[in-house]
Amino acid sequence: MSKIRFTEPNREILARRDSIINDLTRLVDPAGLITSADECRAYETDALTAYRKMPLAVVLPKTTEEVSAVLKYCHDTGVKVVPRGAGTSLAGGAIPSEDAVVLGLSKMNRVLAVNYDDRFIRVEAGVTNLSVTAVVAENGFFYGPDPSSQLACTIGGNIANNSGGAHCLKYGVTTNNLLGVRMVLIDGSIIDLGGDYLDSAGLDLLGLVVGSEGQLGIVTEATLRILKSAEGARPVLFGFPSCEGAGKAVADVIAAGIIPVAIEYMDKAAIEICEAFAKAGYPLDVEALLIVEVEGSDAEMDATLADITAIARANGATTVRESRSAIETAAIWKGRKSAFGATGRVADYLCMDGTVPTGKLSYVLAEISKIVQRHGLRVANVFHAGDGNIHPLILYNANDPSQQSKAEAAGDDILRLCVEVGGCLTGEHGVGIEKRDLMGCQFDDADLAQQIRVRAAFDPRWLLNTDKVFPLDFRCQG
Amino acid sequence: MTDCYKPRDECGLSSAIKDAATAKMPLVVRGAGSKSAMGRPLGGYAMSLTTERMRGVSLYEPTELVIGALPGTPVSEIDRMLAKHNQMLPFEPMDHRVLFGTSAEPTIGGIVAGNVSGPRRIAVGACRDSLIGVRLVTGRGDVVKSGGRVMKNVTGLDLVKLNCGAWGTLGVLSEVIFKVLPKPARSLSVGLGGMNDTTAIAALTAALGSSFAVSAAAHIPASIGSDSTTIVRLEGSDGSVAYGARELAKLWRSFGRAELIEGDESANLWLRVRDAHWLAQPMDRSIWRLSLAPSKAPHVLADIRQKLGVRYFFDWGGGLVWLAVVDADDAGASVVREAMANTGGHATLVRASSEMRHRIDVFEPLPPAVLKLTQEIKKCFDPDRVLNFGRMYAGI
Repeated sequence: MSKIRFTEPNREILARRDSIINDLTRLVDPAGLITSADECRAYETDALTAYRKMPLAVVLPKTTEEVSAVLKYCHDTGVKVVPRGAGTSLAGGAIPSEDAVVLGLSKMNRVLAVNYDDRFIRVEAGVTNLSVTAVVAENGFFYGPDPSSQLACTIGGNIANNSGGAHCLKYGVTTNNLLGVRMVLIDGSIIDLGGDYLDSAGLDLLGLVVGSEGQLGIVTEATLRILKSAEGARPVLFGFPSCEGAGKAVADVIAAGIIPVAIEYMDKAAIEICEAFAKAGYPLDVEALLIVEVEGSDAEMDATLADITAIARANGATTVRESRSAIETAAIWKGRKSAFGATGRVADYLCMDGTVPTGKLSYVLAEISKIVQRHGLRVANVFHAGDGNIHPLILYNANDPSQQSKAEAAGDDILRLCVEVGGCLTGEHGVGIEKRDLMGCQFDDADLAQQIRVRAAFDPRWLLNTDKVFPLDFRCQG
Repeated sequence: MTDCYKPRDECGLSSAIKDAATAKMPLVVRGAGSKSAMGRPLGGYAMSLTTERMRGVSLYEPTELVIGALPGTPVSEIDRMLAKHNQMLPFEPMDHRVLFGTSAEPTIGGIVAGNVSGPRRIAVGACRDSLIGVRLVTGRGDVVKSGGRVMKNVTGLDLVKLNCGAWGTLGVLSEVIFKVLPKPARSLSVGLGGMNDTTAIAALTAALGSSFAVSAAAHIPASIGSDSTTIVRLEGSDGSVAYGARELAKLWRSFGRAELIEGDESANLWLRVRDAHWLAQPMDRSIWRLSLAPSKAPHVLADIRQKLGVRYFFDWGGGLVWLAVVDADDAGASVVREAMANTGGHATLVRASSEMRHRIDVFEPLPPAVLKLTQEIKKCFDPDRVLNFGRMYAGI
């Protein structure tokens, strides 16, 4: 276990812990400062639970000004800061270190403005993804990105990881739905990038900040584009006797000029796990399942689904089942969105997040199966087929240290495969600590050096979410 | 005429930039030069560099909705290739030749460098939203890649977007990769006549707040032609467009009687909106482009019109205002920027004399902390200041 390295904590900082905490009490509301070991333990890991580190302290500011004061203090005194939204990172993006202050945004959860005429909502960064849509749903609007963890995950975390979700095939990922941010730089300065209009002025720093995994600054407020919901939406289940048939059907649908709102893929292992959990009515006698969702008026959905169904049947689909009610629709999506949680009930798992060209999906699935078998483990595949973002869940037993090493090694092999076929290490979960040491597979030294220089333009002392994203040995060369 | 590097490939591009960096000799970087008169003037630089010889589509997978090209590839070549598979660049890039009276065909590298989009931007995003991968050569001469050919990718910092709209001040693109979309089966416009700016923006807002697949929304006021035109475009399947048009006409009943426009007439109208056709002549007028929240646009325009003679129209449902300024000794900068000051939006001086663009901030002035970041980013890409130095901001 513990394949992933952490840097040795700075002893000088650890020795100053009491005085640092004392200073922090003057910067934030005492209710927002957590220092006892018992309470800090809630922050020692995220959704990559195999790794844990106790933070120096946790601060939960309530305002941008408090965030600014804490960052300025940490900058001036050389204390590392680990930003945290809801702690749902599967890549260890929010795992602290012993010499770092965790800055959590959970108390910054107010909705600041909703404007239907200009179609935006402005929220504090600790607001959860799902609650954004909940606020605007009564007027028939929604927010596009819908990661599976949307009940818990925050907008701040979504921005840090450029989160997507099942419906981003049509509605795009976070970066396509974000109009502006207020953020605090490590020196405490507060900046606004973008706003309630399209295309920010100057260099696209907003685009740069999205997906930067908390290394460029801490976003405290966000202006998000909201959209009017379609008149109706209807998912259909297509069951296939072979994975290849399902993969081919996806390619044929897109080649026919049809862009459904979502095309989700599940293999047999995932179907069984999710059906047992959600009772969604998934067919159990098939090797692969596609959930294809279309939107629009009834007539439009009927027409589009007829085309998609013909393509699916031509590729051997044996089951075709349209949702006929809101309850059925909810059950179908509940099964898919609870895939990770449902898997967690039957085994420990590592969730991969590579993206591959959609034309390589069948090949990649076959190779993944070989890789996992070679390491003596099992895998369940559930992913966004329309955009090639795959989520193999490598199943293992965490109580067996040798199995964890094998699972991690299999994961590395799968991600190398994703890069080899022209894809990338992570589509929407972030690099975090988990994929940090694989960055060299995708990028050469010149690529990484330039990224590190850009990072240093924001955080020259390398204090924000250190030990993440970039290989530990690489940063000094920047 | 200045001397010009004309590299044929990425390697040649890198060595040209390394030469320039070693000699600390600033370069004017361009594609075909259709937008050379945009931005702060770069007079006095001895050398230029053009990517127009780096041409060709490097990757096209229709079933994966992805296309890649070298920077000097004419946009028309990409359009033609995509059209063969009934696909398109989603963001409908503007052709600046109309405004600048230039003739050389715009290149895809130039489109990315300027983050150039068109009317469909409100529905599918800007150039930067379709761009998923780049290769580029920095001012150090380093070849750097970011993003790739897959549409979901959060691996490392997004230098793709950072370089889109950077006007070649950070790096010179050597390959650009986009996600593309199928062409809609049908495109149809629905228009209203006789509306003032305020009611027109309200009508567009109602349309954009509907679920009828609106892909563009513009208002051309009466001052441009004989009568005003308030128009939206619906795109999608045959049935959805027909249904949307019927429903929209109902939705718009309180504004007036909606008229359907289809075929070439509709297509030509949107080309004119895209290229700001109505403001092109006379050529000596200065032209501004304002980006702001649509609901603020009528008020801002009323404010500007009290002080300046302007011709104007609205795209993006009111969120984009094109403005031609008549007779002002600062091209209207003080009036425009004052009117915009409290909106949060920004104004760009797209067309003006070289003297004017030297004297007036072409791009929206940046707050100090953002300017400082911008300077640091410039420094880390181009420490010797050889790439389009000063084109966006003095010292950048």
